[in-house]
Amino acid sequence: MASGTQTSAEYIQHHLTNLTYGQLPDGTWGLAHSAQEAKDMGFWAINVDSMAWAIGLGVLFCWSFGRVARNATAGVPDGMQNFVEMIVEFIEEITSNIFPYRNSMIAPMAFTIFVWVFLMNLMDLIPVDWIPLLAGASGVHFMKIVPTTDPNVTLGMALAVFVLILYFSVRQKGLGGFLGELAFHPFPKVLAPANLFLEGVTLLAKPISLGLRLFGNMYAGEMIFVLIAIMFSSGVVTFIGGSVLQWGWALFHVLIITLQAFIFSVLTVVYMAQAYDVEEEH
Amino acid sequence: MNINLTLFGQSLTFIVFIWFCWKFIWPLLIDAMRERQKTIAEGLESAERAGKDLELAQEHATDQLRKAKDGAREIIEQARARATQMIEEAKGDAAEEGERVKLAAQADIEQDMNRAREALRGDVATLVVAGAEKILGESIDQSRHAELLKQLSGQL
Repeated sequence: MASGTQTSAEYIQHHLTNLTYGQLPDGTWGLAHSAQEAKDMGFWAINVDSMAWAIGLGVLFCWSFGRVARNATAGVPDGMQNFVEMIVEFIEEITSNIFPYRNSMIAPMAFTIFVWVFLMNLMDLIPVDWIPLLAGASGVHFMKIVPTTDPNVTLGMALAVFVLILYFSVRQKGLGGFLGELAFHPFPKVLAPANLFLEGVTLLAKPISLGLRLFGNMYAGEMIFVLIAIMFSSGVVTFIGGSVLQWGWALFHVLIITLQAFIFSVLTVVYMAQAYDVEEEH
Repeated sequence: MNINLTLFGQSLTFIVFIWFCWKFIWPLLIDAMRERQKTIAEGLESAERAGKDLELAQEHATDQLRKAKDGAREIIEQARARATQMIEEAKGDAAEEGERVKLAAQADIEQDMNRAREALRGDVATLVVAGAEKILGESIDQSRHAELLKQLSGQL
């Protein structure tokens, strides 16, 4: 626990609060001092920690992979290039299987999502108290280091995917074609309102499920790490039990973070392929 | 857990990173990989070609070797035949020569024998005359008994 005077509830609450910048109750702009203050800031606030870690990890990805790409040789690749090429080939193969159309953006997009989301998920494996304690020591109240446990981040990415779905749908099928697809399926044309409702829900469900799936998995995982962390301070037996659990859960979580990053990127490609697909007969 | 501006911030960040990767990371990596793939494919192809060449060369070498062996065998055969022929010839010559030598020797021997016989005949005639003189106590007229003497020495 961060300090001896906290209750477990406060500890959990502390771990689940973002470092939020927005308008404070007194009218000035600054960082929220409590979870309630952050909540009261409303929509016009920004989670500084989520953004900073997300951008930081994204920059790390662009820098390290960009360096490999610049030095990429068609000759014998070194270890890092091998590693990067392994991921590239993996994504390239999956993408070309799912997305049979010509679009040079899809594969790099899947690649970026996979690596970036993986890196963001990976932050979950850093013991939950380390960085919040360091931040606390340097005067920062809140610090959530796993951007994907923030629904803003996952839904933000899903929103971008949604915009791309709309963009490619309209570009490939024309506005009329796209709306027709929404209105004239799965029932005959006379039932257009029902079709529109069903297809509208289907369409909206894509980004929402995409964002919430990642968020839910990572949030739950983070929560379990926090709960395990509480065990460490409540006695010798729970300390040992907590250690075993921490280790076991971390091991399991390695699978989850990879899988979720993979699912997010593959589903994005699937949605893009659906945006390209010409309506099929139902 | 509050939905706020971070949502759009993240969307924007997402797009920017995808754009960066699309323009500056992915193409370089894919190009390098494709190029290597091509190089490897070419290398494999030329290796295969070299293998075929080697096979052909080996076949050729085997062929040459077989021809050389055949040639050698023929030469040996010829040499053997020639040797046999030479031996036969030599044998023939030797036999002829031996025959000739033998004939010459026989002729010599006969000559010697005849000469010795002639000498002996002469001697015997003389001895017979001498012996007969002693026995008869008188000399035998050589000219008278020449016929007799001739008969005697002819019996020897």
